[in-house]
Amino acid sequence: MFNTALTISDLGFLAQGALMTLAVTAVSVAAGTVLGVIFGVVRNQIGPYWSAPLTFVLDVFRSVPLLIQLVLGNAFQSIAKLGWPPFTTSCVVLSLYTAAYCTEIVRGGIASVPPTTRRAARSLGMTWWQDMRYIVAPLATRVSLPSWIGLTLGVMKDSALVLWLGLIELLRASQVLVTRLQEPLLILMICGAIYFLISFPIARLGGYLEKRWSND
Amino acid sequence: MIEIQNVRKSFGSLEVLKGIDLTVEKGEVVTVIGGSGSGKSTLLTCINGLEPIDAGRIVVDGTEVHAKTTDLNKLRRKVGIVFQQWNAFPHLTVLENVMLAPRKVLGLPKEKAEEIAVKQLTHVGLGEKLSVYPTRMSGGQQQRMAIARALAMSPEYMLFDEVTSALDPQLVGEVLDTLRMLASEGMTMICVTHEMKFAREVSDRVAFFHKGVMAEIAPPDALFGAPKDPELQKFLAATH
Repeated sequence: MFNTALTISDLGFLAQGALMTLAVTAVSVAAGTVLGVIFGVVRNQIGPYWSAPLTFVLDVFRSVPLLIQLVLGNAFQSIAKLGWPPFTTSCVVLSLYTAAYCTEIVRGGIASVPPTTRRAARSLGMTWWQDMRYIVAPLATRVSLPSWIGLTLGVMKDSALVLWLGLIELLRASQVLVTRLQEPLLILMICGAIYFLISFPIARLGGYLEKRWSND
Repeated sequence: MIEIQNVRKSFGSLEVLKGIDLTVEKGEVVTVIGGSGSGKSTLLTCINGLEPIDAGRIVVDGTEVHAKTTDLNKLRRKVGIVFQQWNAFPHLTVLENVMLAPRKVLGLPKEKAEEIAVKQLTHVGLGEKLSVYPTRMSGGQQQRMAIARALAMSPEYMLFDEVTSALDPQLVGEVLDTLRMLASEGMTMICVTHEMKFAREVSDRVAFFHKGVMAEIAPPDALFGAPKDPELQKFLAATH
């Protein structure tokens, strides 16, 4: 057996960090998905010309590195005297970042539903909303799911960057322990294993839903 | 009664309907024949308001289709349409495909919608396929399902837009049989079709479209037996 200075309470510290990672990810993915669905539908409805300003803003969020967005977002809330705690700032920035990607996923999903299928729905007397709700949403979800799972896993890992705003999430918690115990290999392996444990069920859920929806 | 009065419609600079006049009485079966691009399919999609028109008017039982105040969703319950591509909802079973609009549009309870759907599906010969997904069926079966789906709304008028054109030749018969059955039951129908034999059998009147104009309209015996329009003569010679 090897010797380690890692104690049960250190593992509890890591678990707390993991909970923070989960919380930031859950809030950001939930809010980002809601925004992404709204933006995606809007972009589809009003066409590329009128949605150009929205597209531009979302492009900014997709192209500027997340770290810069977090630092600038924090500076902005401070200048604007919003008084947001780091958790709020982190979730707001990550939500917008997620929304920017999610918008494209949703737009692609909606575009994948054949116009003739939608026309058939409308010809039965369904309203625009009923067509969206009962035809477009289920079909677009099936198409978008793999990309959305990928986005969620990506955001979960990217959320590590919120440590720059002072949040002690999983990676930051590991760093603290590495600095104190000087056992980087073991601690980073545990940290990686925890990331995997969080990701795996999400990926499997995606696989399960895909299989269930394949009509076989 | 469907009244089509001097209807004009353009896609960009291309005028596809150049002043169409046609009145279809309750219980009448009118088939529309003509070459590709003659405007016949466009006319059907204008009748239930899926396409706007540029001039003229279309009146269904006293309701002007393209008036701003017209509730198109309400009108479409009355005017069913089936397309060349059957457009099944692939995420729903055959039964669910047919039940969806009666439940959501008419607001019927589940049991009642199911009863109607089973009845209509049995009527078109798909009573055994209720829990199958449409992608598992042949084109002819999917097209019959699309017909049952439209019929489940109890429409007073049915529009058929080249419903057999995308089918393999051996599947055309089963769909035409379904249309024949509807015609014999007294359904008011406008069928755009390339099936001349079918048009001759079921129609009260046949209309020939050529380049956006209704060049000739007559009972089938007259239209096929003694065509007057020179373009129609050419068209019939080419299709025989």
